[in-house]
Amino acid sequence: MSPIALIRHQLNFDLLIFRRNPAGTFFTVVLPLIFLVIFTSIFGNQTLDNGAKVATLYVPGILTLAIVSATAVNVAITMTTRRERGVLKRVRGTPVPGWIFVLSQALSGVVIALLMTVIISLVGRVLYGVEVQFETLPSLLISLLLGAMAFSAIGLALTRIITSEDAAPAVTNAIFLPLYFVSGVFVPDTEVPSWVGTVGNLFPVSHLNKALQESFDPFADGAAWPWDHWLVIAGWGIVAAVITLKTFRWSPNR
Amino acid sequence: MGAAIAVEGLRMQYGDFVAVDGIDLEVAEGEILAFLGANGAGKTTTIEILEGFRSRTSGRVEVLGHDPETAPLSWREDIGIVLQESEPVPELTAGEAVRMQAAYYSNPRDAAETLRLVGLEDSADQRTRKLSGGQKRRLDLAMALVGNPSLVFLDEPTTGFDPSARRESWGMIEALRDLGKTVLLTTHYMDEAEHLADRIVVIGKGEIVARGTANELAEQVQARTQVTWKPSPTDPRPPDRLGAHIDEMGRVQIETTDSLVTLNELTNWAIETGVDLPELNVARPTLEDIYLQLTDDVQGEGGAPS
Repeated sequence: MSPIALIRHQLNFDLLIFRRNPAGTFFTVVLPLIFLVIFTSIFGNQTLDNGAKVATLYVPGILTLAIVSATAVNVAITMTTRRERGVLKRVRGTPVPGWIFVLSQALSGVVIALLMTVIISLVGRVLYGVEVQFETLPSLLISLLLGAMAFSAIGLALTRIITSEDAAPAVTNAIFLPLYFVSGVFVPDTEVPSWVGTVGNLFPVSHLNKALQESFDPFADGAAWPWDHWLVIAGWGIVAAVITLKTFRWSPNR
Repeated sequence: MGAAIAVEGLRMQYGDFVAVDGIDLEVAEGEILAFLGANGAGKTTTIEILEGFRSRTSGRVEVLGHDPETAPLSWREDIGIVLQESEPVPELTAGEAVRMQAAYYSNPRDAAETLRLVGLEDSADQRTRKLSGGQKRRLDLAMALVGNPSLVFLDEPTTGFDPSARRESWGMIEALRDLGKTVLLTTHYMDEAEHLADRIVVIGKGEIVARGTANELAEQVQARTQVTWKPSPTDPRPPDRLGAHIDEMGRVQIETTDSLVTLNELTNWAIETGVDLPELNVARPTLEDIYLQLTDDVQGEGGAPS
């Protein structure tokens, strides 16, 4: 098989495996939707003076959550599990170059993130009247693809410090749950002390959130190109990719 | 017929610890060779060097005409590997797991036929997490065979199995012989090595201590037959030249390499003195005894009674 055919073959299986994993699908697909419903129920969905709905502010945050969950968290847990169960070592014993499996896993995160964008945007539109800004659609797409690739790389880099299958969900949650809080995902930046926002800004979650906010901003004029945020996300992604190349392990830790 | 595997002076050292200490090994095409040794003897280190998973300190290694450390990826087309510990992906069915693997090779076997070969055709649609330990091991073998390799590595294929599951696996490994595969298997069961392999190589503490067929190994250690009986307190002592001693269970024990002569002398003495040798037992050495004696000579633990 050509490399492209092999990636397609592996991607199909990786997506099938994801679909059949109840924990993965719940945390990546169902939980963000539950959060969207809870937030709008608790904080209300009033119409602002300019005609936009309050839920417009929640949708980018929930989308950030879904993307990070579909990529960094999912990739870190899946790859650690496969490494510790000898699945990665077994594929290492075949004629297929290792990068095919790594890339396929990252791409599966991108596909799931894309799907979640469509679902969350639809739910936001139908239930809460959140308008999708068509002028900013290209910008949304770039944020999504760039974010998904960068956070997949971060997930891969994390596998080196996760020593066991059981530790994977704990380590990823310990890293990302606090980041959601300081990155305006659960609580808007305007509602937190400024030092919290400063800390959040050191990490890529906050920048993905802000880039997506610009795409959903009903007051934005024009296409919205959040270059500064994209640059930070790409920087983190490149560093993570280099760490992965240098430290990724195929054999179990045992 | 050439050599599928040729190893000369292989050494692997981790810091001060020498895991493999200069071994030579040759496996002919179509041969089934068992690599027998206790845990920590260096079996897995050696097989993983041959599989290209580990580097080595020194020595010449050639597997299917290539040095595993520098072989191109295409070298793996012809090699099937069953790892000591590996789980299938639990979300896939057995059939899907084999089909996923088949695409990694340029000339794969038919997936359904490969499942039939290992006797898993009825479980093709079952999720792998529902398979029993023995079935998972067979799936491992199916995944190793689906690329249609000429050389198959099996690292402890039956460790942790109950006796019936082991028998089942043996049948499957024997099927590899019919397919004409070259097989290198590691095991720490002497009976498994004897049952499956054309030749056995015994490794202890990183060195090869014996090699040959099971019969040849038995000859090498000059196996001793044990003659025992439970004496009555009033019995006279047997003649000194029989070398009898009392074992820890209070029985009289004689060890001999020439059991016929020993038994003749013993029974003559018993008839003359009217001793009736209660619970008389004549035990041939088991393969396990032979194996322990071979590895003890190297490891110096327990010490062989020689």
